[in-house]
Amino acid sequence: MKRRRLLALTSIAGLALTAGACGDSAPAQTSGPVTITVNNMPPETEALQRKNFLADVAEFEKLHTDITIDPKEGKMDPATFSARLAGGQLENAFYVYFTDPAGLIARKQAADITPYLKEFPSVSQIKPNLLDVFGDGKGRTFGLPEGNYTMGLVYNRALFQKAGLDPDKPPATWDEVRDYAKKIAALGGGVNGYGDYSKNNTGGWHFTAEMYTRGGDVAARGADGKWTAAFNNDTGRAVLQQLHDMRFADKSMGERQLLEWADLLQQMGAGKLGMYLATADNIPTIVAQYKGKAEDYGFGPVPGGQGTLGGGGGYMFSPKSTPAQVKAAMAWVLFRHANPDRIEFGKQRDAADKQPVGLPEPNIFTGAAGQAYDAASKKYANVPTQNFAPFVAAQASIPLKLEPPDAQKIYAILDPMMAAALTKPDADVTKLLADAEKQVNAILATVQQ
Amino acid sequence: MTAATLVAPLRLRAGGFRRRLGDNLMAYGFLAAGLLCFALFSWYPLVRSITLSFQQDNLVTDPQWVGLDNYRALFADPLFLTAIRNTAEFTGLALIFGYAVPIGLAILLNELRHFTTYFRLAVYLPVMLPPIVSAMLWQFFYDPGQGLFNTLLHGAHLPESQWVQSPRTAMLSLVLVSTWANLGGSTLMYLAALQSLPPELYEAAELDGAGLWQRIRRVTLPQLRFIMLVMLLLQITATMQVFIEPFQLTGFTNPDTITVMTLIYRYAFAVNQDFGLAAALSVLLFVVLSAFAAIYLRITRERSA
Repeated sequence: MKRRRLLALTSIAGLALTAGACGDSAPAQTSGPVTITVNNMPPETEALQRKNFLADVAEFEKLHTDITIDPKEGKMDPATFSARLAGGQLENAFYVYFTDPAGLIARKQAADITPYLKEFPSVSQIKPNLLDVFGDGKGRTFGLPEGNYTMGLVYNRALFQKAGLDPDKPPATWDEVRDYAKKIAALGGGVNGYGDYSKNNTGGWHFTAEMYTRGGDVAARGADGKWTAAFNNDTGRAVLQQLHDMRFADKSMGERQLLEWADLLQQMGAGKLGMYLATADNIPTIVAQYKGKAEDYGFGPVPGGQGTLGGGGGYMFSPKSTPAQVKAAMAWVLFRHANPDRIEFGKQRDAADKQPVGLPEPNIFTGAAGQAYDAASKKYANVPTQNFAPFVAAQASIPLKLEPPDAQKIYAILDPMMAAALTKPDADVTKLLADAEKQVNAILATVQQ
Repeated sequence: MTAATLVAPLRLRAGGFRRRLGDNLMAYGFLAAGLLCFALFSWYPLVRSITLSFQQDNLVTDPQWVGLDNYRALFADPLFLTAIRNTAEFTGLALIFGYAVPIGLAILLNELRHFTTYFRLAVYLPVMLPPIVSAMLWQFFYDPGQGLFNTLLHGAHLPESQWVQSPRTAMLSLVLVSTWANLGGSTLMYLAALQSLPPELYEAAELDGAGLWQRIRRVTLPQLRFIMLVMLLLQITATMQVFIEPFQLTGFTNPDTITVMTLIYRYAFAVNQDFGLAAALSVLLFVVLSAFAAIYLRITRERSA
C-alpha cells in the first residue's frame, strides 16, 4: 500500500564504513562497463533524503567502477507500469509493494533473478518468508525485499487522557476498541473515536488486517492446494458488524466515510481521531506532513492479537534488462537496502540527520544481521520509544500473516463491502459477505497453484 | 487506329498529370502531413485497440490471440452491467440537469442588460478550472461532517444529506459536480446562438402581444432547435465517458457509482492489469458512441443540405 515513504528512503541507508565492509556489494560479476537505471530516488523537495541517496550512488560507483547508475524518481506505479515497460522506459531495478510481485510474475513482467542469487551470499541473511513474496512457488525468485511492516494500533495519547483513558494501555480487544471509541467521540468537536478505510482498495486491505487480528483469514489453501475465500463466517460478520455498529449505533466513527490512506493520517495529525489500524511509520508522517505532535502518538498491538498483517516493499528487475544489468541492479539493491554491513552506519546517519530511529518495526534480516539491526535501532533511537512499549511488549506473541494471493483484486472486491457497512444504515452484513465471497472465489480459482 | 494516334493522347494525358501534380504538390504535402498525424495518433491506436481486445498482452512477450475470451470475460463480470446501468443513470440525470440548465441560463443572460460581462465570466469560470480540481473542491462541499453544504443546511435548520456517501444520492451528487463544471461552455454556445437570432422576430412577436414566456416558447426555442439537438448529442457522447467525478469522489472500487470509463481504468491500471479486457470494453463503448456520432453527422448533413 501507499506507505513507508519517508522511512523506506532513509532507514536502511548508510555509507560503508570501509571499502572492505561492503558485503555482497563486492564486485558484481558483470562483464565490462554497464549502466543501469534505478528508481526510488527521493525528489528535490526531500533534500536530505536525496542527498543521502546520491551519496550512496557515488559510494557504490566508487566500489563498482564498471557500473554507472542513472537514478530516477518515483516508484512502480500500476497505472503506468505496463506502458513504461513496453516503451523501454522501465528502470532496471524498480520499487514494488508486497502486493505487486505475484501479478508481475504471473504476467512475466519481471526478470527471473534465480541464476544470479548464488553470487550474492548475503541474501541468505534475509528472512526467507520475505524472499518468498518474490517467488513463484516453484523455486524461482524475481525480486529482493527492502523493508517490511506489521500492523498495530496508532492512537492519540492526548485524546485518551482527555477521555479519561490510560494512554499507556491501548485497547487489547475489539470490545475495548468500541468502548474507547465511544468515550473519545463523546469529547465532541468533530473528534472521531475510531477510523477506517473503504475506498480504492484500502478498505479491503484493512478488512483483511482486521480478520487476521481476530484469528480469521481472507483466503485459505485447502489440502488440494486450491485457494478459496475464508471470510464468510462469524469472524467476518464480527468485523463488519462492529464497524457498522460503531458508525451508526455509537456514532463514534464520524459521518465522513469512503476514506483512503492519507485521510486518516490527516485526521490524526489534526487531533480529530482517536485510533486506527496502521504501521508504526505512519507516526513520523503524521508529525512531519500533517503537523501532529510526536509525543501525542502511541502505538499498540492490534486489538484481538490473534494475527497481524505483514507487508512491505522491495525491488524487482526489468525483464528487458541484460543479465549484466540485472546483476548490477541486484548489487545496487543489496548494497543500499539489504546490506548487513551498513546497518550500524545507516542508523547512525539517520540519527545524525534527525530522521526517526527506533520505531518498532520488524527488520528484513534474520540471525546475526537481525540482531545487529535491533541493537543499532536501540542504540540510536531518537523517537519516544516509551510510547511504543505496548506494541513491543505484545508483538512477539502475535503471529505475522502475509497478504492473500492476488491481494489487490481481492481488496477491490472487499472495498464495497466495507463501504456498505460504513455508509448504509440498513446494511445486511451477511449478504455483503456472501456476495463478496462468490466474487473472491472467482478470482482465487484463477490463482496459479 | 495507328500507333501514332495512340501515343499522342497518352503524351498529352501524361503531361497534364505532371502539370496537375506540380500545381498540387504543396496541397499533397499538407494532405500527407495531416494523414500521417491522423494515422499515427488516431487510426493506429484505434486499430491497435481493436486487435488488443482479441489478445492477451503483457507488453513484454508476444501477444497471444484469445479470440472472444476478453468479450466473454467482460459479459461474465457482474460489474459490466453495473457500470452500464450507472453510466445510463448518470447520462439520464445529466440530461435532466446538465442539459436544461445551460439553456435557461443562456436565455437569462441574454435578457440581462447590466453586469453582462460579469455574469458571463462567472458562468464560464468553472470551465477554466482543471476537472480534477473541481472534483476535489466539491469533495470538500460534500463532506458530510464539516462540508459546506451540510453546514449551510444545518444553519438553515434543514435535514442534512450524505451526498456522495449514500447510494441514494451519490449519482445525483456526481451529476451536480459535472453540471457545474461544464455548463459554462454550453451556456456560451447557446448565448452565441441567441445573439445571432434576428431581432425582427422578437419585435414582430411583441407587436402581436406575445409576453416573455410566449416569446421564449414561440420564438427562442424553435430558433435554437438545431443547436439544442447538436448539444444533446454532444452531451450524451461526453457524459457516457464520465470518469473524473466518480474516480475522485467515490473511487474505482465503488459499485454504486462505477461507470464504463472507471471500469476500463480499473481493468487496465488499477486492479486487473488486463489490457485486453479493458480494450474489449473500450471497443464496445466505441461502437455505441459511433452510433451517436452517425446520428449526429446525419442530422448536421440534413441541416446543411
